[in-house]
Amino acid sequence: MSKMHITTTINGEPTEFLCDPSQSLLDVLRDNLGLTGSKEGCGSGDCGACSITLDDRLVCSCLVLAPEAEGKKMETVEGLAQGEHLHPLQKKFVEFAALQCGICTPGFLVASKALLAKNPNPTETEVRFGLAGNLCRCTGYDKIIRAVMEVAAEMRGAAR
Amino acid sequence: MSNGKYKWIGTRVDRPDGADKVTGRARFGADFNLPGQLMGRVLRSPHAHAIIKSIDTSAAEKLPGVKAVMTAKDLPDQPNLIVPTGEMQVNMRDITRNILAREKALFEGHPVAAVAAVTDAIAKQAIDLIKVDYEVLPHVIDVTEAMKPDAPVLHDHLMTEGVKPPPTKASNIAKRMDNAKGDIEAGWKQAEVTIEREYTTQAVHQGYIEPHAALASAAEDGQLQIWSTTQGHFQVRGFCSRLLGVEVSQIRVTPTEIGGGFGGKTVVYLEPIAARLSQKSGKPVKMVMTREEVFRASGPAPGGTVKVKLGAKKDGTIVAAECEIALQAGAFPGSPLGPACWTSFACYDIPNIKVVGFDVVSNRAKVAAYRAPGAPISAWGVESTLDILAQELGMDPIELRLKNAAKKGTKTSYGPTFDTIGFVETLEAIKNSAHYKTKPKPGYARGVAAGFWFNVGADSSAAAHVAEDGTVTVISGNPDIGGSRASLALMAAEELGVDYSKVRPIIADTSSIGFNFVTGGSRVTFATGLAVVNSVRDMIRELKVRAAKTWGVDPEAVIWEDGMAKPAGSNVGEFEPLSLAQLAASAGKTGGPINGHAQLNAQGAGPGFGVHVVDLKVDHDTGCVHIDRYTAAQDVGTAIHPSYVEGQIQGGAVQGIGWALNEEYIYNAKGRLDNAGFLDYRMPVASDLPMIDALVVEVPNPHHPYGVRGVGEVPIVPPLAAVGNAVSRSMNIRMTDLPLSPPRLSAAIDAATPKIAAE
Repeated sequence: MSKMHITTTINGEPTEFLCDPSQSLLDVLRDNLGLTGSKEGCGSGDCGACSITLDDRLVCSCLVLAPEAEGKKMETVEGLAQGEHLHPLQKKFVEFAALQCGICTPGFLVASKALLAKNPNPTETEVRFGLAGNLCRCTGYDKIIRAVMEVAAEMRGAAR
Repeated sequence: MSNGKYKWIGTRVDRPDGADKVTGRARFGADFNLPGQLMGRVLRSPHAHAIIKSIDTSAAEKLPGVKAVMTAKDLPDQPNLIVPTGEMQVNMRDITRNILAREKALFEGHPVAAVAAVTDAIAKQAIDLIKVDYEVLPHVIDVTEAMKPDAPVLHDHLMTEGVKPPPTKASNIAKRMDNAKGDIEAGWKQAEVTIEREYTTQAVHQGYIEPHAALASAAEDGQLQIWSTTQGHFQVRGFCSRLLGVEVSQIRVTPTEIGGGFGGKTVVYLEPIAARLSQKSGKPVKMVMTREEVFRASGPAPGGTVKVKLGAKKDGTIVAAECEIALQAGAFPGSPLGPACWTSFACYDIPNIKVVGFDVVSNRAKVAAYRAPGAPISAWGVESTLDILAQELGMDPIELRLKNAAKKGTKTSYGPTFDTIGFVETLEAIKNSAHYKTKPKPGYARGVAAGFWFNVGADSSAAAHVAEDGTVTVISGNPDIGGSRASLALMAAEELGVDYSKVRPIIADTSSIGFNFVTGGSRVTFATGLAVVNSVRDMIRELKVRAAKTWGVDPEAVIWEDGMAKPAGSNVGEFEPLSLAQLAASAGKTGGPINGHAQLNAQGAGPGFGVHVVDLKVDHDTGCVHIDRYTAAQDVGTAIHPSYVEGQIQGGAVQGIGWALNEEYIYNAKGRLDNAGFLDYRMPVASDLPMIDALVVEVPNPHHPYGVRGVGEVPIVPPLAAVGNAVSRSMNIRMTDLPLSPPRLSAAIDAATPKIAAE
């Protein structure tokens, strides 16, 4: 099977890659492009560890075929920090101990950013349902929810 | 916390690996690659129980791109020898058969052969070309069934250990275990109220989000390097040495960041296979399990049956307690039966106790440790029975537990007598909590349960190095699974009297630090913490020698205070204190580098106790449980980093909630697992839960310089019964079988509802 040539934008950077038609976008990110921040926890779209945005839509990259990225723009966990500065969600996750082992953290950060972009003033219930597609086995979610709520409040304050 | 006694201990500093883990930079098991690496895959048995008559690998070997194929024949057979691993005992004969089946496939998913190829796609193709001739045998999944005399026998050589006279016929009962205290018959005679019930639990998986992964690189001269996501890289080294017949010092294992383990990553699955494939091919070999493989073939925690009988006086004093536990070991002996038996009544001061346990093999994946292995299962039975007793006596469940609580001086049924423990303080913390003092909302019911874990010490090594600018590296050898690097650095900073930011904690590979037992048993902050403290003390001793040399005085005349060497008194002489940075700068002139070392077998791990309370309601139409409020109190000794202590309590509680409500291994009639994925194996998600209030109780452990007790395991022990007791009280039906899933609760509600006449 011949490879396909795909042109896309990843974290603001124009990027081209060659892939098998059957390769998942997650595999291309991790194996072809060295962007190993997105994790594979299940390969079936149940754990959210591979969450990225594709044209601003939150997706499990393990469920997207790599050729589907043609002409689209992607954001991964590697694109959250700007130069030396962590994104407020990244800072708050560390400050609030919202991670233990950290394997689910990239997915939670990407999903949380997408959630706050859609809903800057979520209730606790909205955050819980907004992040229900991401599994965390270490924290019991408590500190993750608190961190996201706190960042939402801070970002609203800053926007005022 | 810690009443301002300390400068660093008890503060909520940022963890040293924080930035790496929020940016995607941290490298976990599957993130490691080597130039020229091959990808490895495992062929697994589709049958629950079958004789392997032959394996034909010739077609796979001929496939272009395949560089190595292996079966059990490529590993030397092993003696019937038991070695400790984590909190379990492992038989080498069994473990080599667990890694690759020999005579028989003993569970669906049992590895049978493995290949390494230039791409993962070719490796998958090659696996399909391997022909295995199986003779399918009758299988047995359930523990009770497996114990019956006519059950299919898994191992022809397995004679039940611990029974007299020794049996002459092989069975699936690997072991019987007994422990007792007092005179149980006399106890029953004193009892005014007796409660007896039988409970069951199902196998559950640890559910770490990161699948097992390993990368091995073997050299022609016999040296072997392995990168693995593991809770114990020294165990990986030890197992691979035995399984491959390679000397220990020839193997260097580097632990990657670990994406959860909870006990399930204290054993080896892929490492010896990747290593042997690398030896055979001469190339590095990487292997990563799929989630399905993780479910089918990596260790779940056992399910089991628990019979409990309690006898009490009318005032609530428990006078007799009996418990019989049968646990699934999986395909090979070695369930956490000991801990299940020993923890069963450890919370209570009961004069007469009898505990009997059975370790039973069946055609399931070999179980592995899971957070307080065995304890949640016996606690499910004991704490549920206590709740029935409280209802029977009309007593508050906390008061009943307070009346019978173990204290300093209480002798356990398994031998030791407790030193300073904090069970009473933990019960009081719940009793005085805002949660307990507030009535449940209308329609909601409340459940309470307690839990115990011994906590573990064992072997640790550590080193402390001063850099030329006076900053410090603290080196230890336990994979950091939940923030232990932060705790170790906090203790080092406290001991040394320097800023936390001046201490960098590093986890070394097996060739760069002395032996460390696994990250497990809630031992790292206690035992490795103790090694770190001792290594820093060793370094301080050397720093005082250097200061003494500088001043021309005796080392005994120097004290270490606030990160500086100072004269012990005015009679020593007038000297300006020497800072760590100053001493480091002049080290070349005073004797060279300044380091400290420590190695120990840590004794005196302080037992931990937890008490949980939950308010919930059961939807009578769907059988769904809605949790409104959850509070977990625990005696942690001293909270070194309170946020990560709370995190352990919250995470453990939620795993326990999952165990109570939804999680279970479901097998079909062919003995195949029907729910090997996160969609059908239902772990808690954020929308299932409220906030989990963690009440940190601090009764310092007298056997640690900072009073540390292990924290990680206790919180998974109480939730099963806390949730179960609330569900039972809510439905007014005593539930005895886990999980309390919607179908089970609906069926129980329907069965108890008077039938409406069909008209």
